[in-house]
Amino acid sequence: MQEYFLLFMGAMFVNNIVLAQYLGNCPFIGTSKDTGVAIGMGGAVVFVAVMAAGITWLVQAYILAPFGLAYLQTLAFILVIAALVQFVEMFLKKMVPPLYKSLGIFLPLITTNCAVMGIALICQREEFGLLKTVLFAFASGLGFMIALVLLAGIRERLAVRRLPIAMRGTPIGLVMAGLMSLAFFAFKGMI
Amino acid sequence: MILTSGLTLFGIGLGAAAILGVASKLLYVKEDPRIGLIEGSLPGANCGGCGFPGCSGAAAAIVAGKAPASVCIVADAETAAVVAAVMGQEVIEREPELALRDCTGGNRASESFNYEGVLDCRAAHLLYGGSKTCPEGCLGLGTCARACPFEAIQMGPDGLPVIDPEQCKACGNCVDACPRGVIAVSGMSARLLHLNQTTDCLAPCRQKCPGQINIPKYIEQIKAGDYDGAVLTIKERNPLLVTCGRVCPRPCETECRRQHVDSPVGINMLKRFVADRELYSGKRLSIPCAKDTGRKVAVIGGGPAGLSCAYFLRRLGHNPTIFEAMPYLGGQVRYGIPEYRLPKADLDWEIQGILDLGVEARVNTKFGVDFTIESLKAEGYETVFIGIGAWQASGMYAEGEDLDGVMGGIEFLTAHAMGKGPDVGKHVIVVGGGNTAIDAARTCIRLGAKVTLMYRRTRAEMPANMEEIIGAEEEGVAFRFLAAPARVVGDESGRATHLEYYEMELGEPDESGRRRPIKKEGSEARMAADLIIPAIGQKPDLTCLYDENSGECPLETTKWQTIVADENTFETIIPGVFTAGDVYTGPDLVISAIGDGRKAARSMHYYMTRGEIPVPETTQKDMIPYSLFKEIDSVERKERAVMPHLCHDDERNCTFSEVEGALTEGEALTEADRCLRCGLVCYDRDMAEDRPAPTTNA
Repeated sequence: MQEYFLLFMGAMFVNNIVLAQYLGNCPFIGTSKDTGVAIGMGGAVVFVAVMAAGITWLVQAYILAPFGLAYLQTLAFILVIAALVQFVEMFLKKMVPPLYKSLGIFLPLITTNCAVMGIALICQREEFGLLKTVLFAFASGLGFMIALVLLAGIRERLAVRRLPIAMRGTPIGLVMAGLMSLAFFAFKGMI
Repeated sequence: MILTSGLTLFGIGLGAAAILGVASKLLYVKEDPRIGLIEGSLPGANCGGCGFPGCSGAAAAIVAGKAPASVCIVADAETAAVVAAVMGQEVIEREPELALRDCTGGNRASESFNYEGVLDCRAAHLLYGGSKTCPEGCLGLGTCARACPFEAIQMGPDGLPVIDPEQCKACGNCVDACPRGVIAVSGMSARLLHLNQTTDCLAPCRQKCPGQINIPKYIEQIKAGDYDGAVLTIKERNPLLVTCGRVCPRPCETECRRQHVDSPVGINMLKRFVADRELYSGKRLSIPCAKDTGRKVAVIGGGPAGLSCAYFLRRLGHNPTIFEAMPYLGGQVRYGIPEYRLPKADLDWEIQGILDLGVEARVNTKFGVDFTIESLKAEGYETVFIGIGAWQASGMYAEGEDLDGVMGGIEFLTAHAMGKGPDVGKHVIVVGGGNTAIDAARTCIRLGAKVTLMYRRTRAEMPANMEEIIGAEEEGVAFRFLAAPARVVGDESGRATHLEYYEMELGEPDESGRRRPIKKEGSEARMAADLIIPAIGQKPDLTCLYDENSGECPLETTKWQTIVADENTFETIIPGVFTAGDVYTGPDLVISAIGDGRKAARSMHYYMTRGEIPVPETTQKDMIPYSLFKEIDSVERKERAVMPHLCHDDERNCTFSEVEGALTEGEALTEADRCLRCGLVCYDRDMAEDRPAPTTNA
C-alpha cells in the first residue's frame, strides 16, 4: 500500500509532469490565464492521460511486445492516442453531453499533447503493471492540473498589476512558471 | 523488418480508422439543419472578422442566438436578409460603419523608427514606446495595412495609413492591430454622439471650439479640393455653418499655433468659403440620418441651441418638433444680428435645410401660454429641450430709463428685424461695448442717424469683435469712451431728450483682468439724443416657466435668471427635461449654443434609448496644457488672407446689404495651405521651407 502511496505522491509533486519533467509547457502557458479554463483543461488532461496510458499499455503488452515491435512504441502511441482522443470526443458528445460541454473544447488541444504522450512512455520505461500505470497516469494528470490552476491563479492577479510593458502576458507567465518549478524542487528530498 | 513495421502501423491505423468510422456513424449527433443552411449562404471567407472561428463557427453562433444575422462583416445586406429568413427574424437596416484614422501625422514621420527587425508598430511600441513626442500618434510602420484582410489600407506617401472607404468592411482588425489607438471604427451616429476625449488627437483649435468641430479635418479636405466633404465634416458638429462663417468670433483662431509664426489661420474664412459654395451651388448636399426611431421630442425655442438640438436629434433618428414663439425660426441669430452681417435670405436657406431633414416647426407658439412641459409630455413627447435664449435687456440702473425714447439693444434690433423699429430721429446714443451695442449703432447709422457709442472703459477693453469696432469707426460711429450714464432727462411729455453721464477713469484691474472704471465726482455732463439704446447685457426671460396660478417655477434657477442643469448632461432637475444655450449659460456665442445643443441632443438620445447618460471620465473640458506648444521651427511666413468688403465704404452707411464677402477658391486654397496640421503635440514640418525627405519605410 505504501508503495502505491509513494508512487501517487511522487508522480503528483516530486516528479510533477510540467514543473519537474518540463512536459506539456505549451498548454501550461497557453491555458493558464483564467482559473476556470485551467480547471477545465486540467480535468481534460487527467481524463485523457488515464485513458491513453491504459490503452497504450494494452497496445504495448498485447500487440507490440509479443511481435518484438517495441521499437515502434512512439509511432504507435501517437496513432493510438490521437484516435483515442477523437473517439472520446465523439463518445462524450453523444453519451455524456454535460461532460462534453465542460471538457469538449479542450480535447482537440490534447490530441498532440506531449504530457499525455510522456506519461504513457514513462509508464513503459518504468515497466509498470496496468494498475500502477493507471494510478501513475491519474496522479501525473492531477499534478498537471495542480500546476496549471496555481499558475492561473497567479496570472489572474498579475493581470491587474502594473508591470513593465515588455513583461506583460507570456513573459511574466514564464518567469512565474520558473519560480514555481524551483519551489516544486523542494519536494525532491521528501521521498 | 521494414515491412513488418509498416504493416503493423498500417494495421493499427486501419483499426483506429475503422473504429472511428463506426463510432462516427453510431455516435452521430444530429446538428441543427439551420447551421448548414446558414453556412451555405455565408460568403465562406473564413476571415474571422466576426470574432468566431470561421464561417461554420459563425453559423453555429447565429443558430445558438449568440450572434445576430448580420454578424458577417464581409457579406452585404442581402446575405444578412437570407440568414435572417432562415432564423425567422426581421431585417433591420444596419448603419454603415467605416474605419477612420484620427492622426494627422505631424512630425511623426521623421521620428518613426527605421530599425531592422522592428518593422511592426506593436513591436516598436513595446520596445521604445514608439515616437518620442506624441503618446497617441501613428508610428507609420504599416501594421494596420498588413492586418487588413480586405486590402483596404495602404500606407500613403506621408507614412500614414490611407483607408479606402470602398474596400473597408469595418471589421476592426486594424483597430486591434494598432497599438496607438489611431484608427477607430465608427458609424455616423457614434460620430455625432462623440464628445472630445483627452485620448483623441485634438489640435488646440479643436479643443477650443465650443462646437468641437474637427477643424484640421475640414481644412485638410479643403486642401484636397473635397469641398463637399468639408461641409459634411462641419455638419457633423454644426448645422449653421453659413451663419457661423459670418458671425462667429472664432475662439479657435485664438489657439491656432500658427500665431507663433505669423498670424492664425483664417479658420472661419475657410468655413464660410465651403458654406457659401454649397449655398450658391443651388443644390443641397444630402445629410444622412439614422433610421427612424419614432420617438417624439419637443424642442422649445428655435434659436441656434434649439435648431442644433433638433438637427442632431433628427440625424440620430428621432422626430423633433420645434416650438417657436416668434413668427420665424432663428432666435437671436435672426433678430439680434443685423442684415448687413447675416442676410436673412441666407439664414432662411440654412434653416430650411434643417427642416427638410424632417424636423417639424410650430411658430407663433408661446411656451407657458400655448403649451407647458406637462402638456408636451401628455402629447407623447418623450423628452423636452428648453432653449429659450436670453431676450431681456439688462437695465442701466439709471433714473428715467423707462421714459419714451429709451429702448434696450436687443429689443431695438428685434423690432428692427421685424420691420417694427422705432423712428431713430437725428441723434442716437448707444450705451455699451459689446457686439449688440455695435450692431445697434451700425444699424442706426444705416437708418440715417448720427450715432454716439458710449462706453465706460476705453476701446482696448471693448468686448466686441475687433472687425466690428473697426467697421463702426469706418462707418462714422462717434465713440465716447470713459463715460457712464447717470440719468435720462425727459421733457414734459415724458420723452427722453438728453442723457446725463459721468466721466470715468480706469482704476485697478478687477477679476476679469480689465481695469475697473471709477466715477469722477462732479463730472456730470449732458448729451442730446432722440433715442437712447442701452445695450449693456441680456438675461433670460423666465416668466414663461412660472405657473400662472401658484406662481411657482418647476425648475431651479440662478441669480442670473438662468436655468440650473447638470454641466455634463444638461439635464434639469426634472428628469427628461434638458436645456442649453443662452438660457443655461447666460448670453454667449452662437457656436457655444450650437455645441451645447448637440451635447443636450446626445444626452436626450441616451436618455431615451438607454435610460442613462454616459459621461466618460476622459471627456475634455479644459485646454490640454502640453498641447499648447509655442516652439515652431522653420516654418515659412505666409500672410493671412483678408476678407474682402462687398460694398464701397462711402455707400455702406445707407445700405443693409452684406459688408463682408467670401474668399475666392484660390485664396481659400492658399489659406488652407497655411494650416500646420497640428496634432496633439505635433505639427507638420513638411510645411517648412526645406522639406525633409520622408524617412518612413512602410
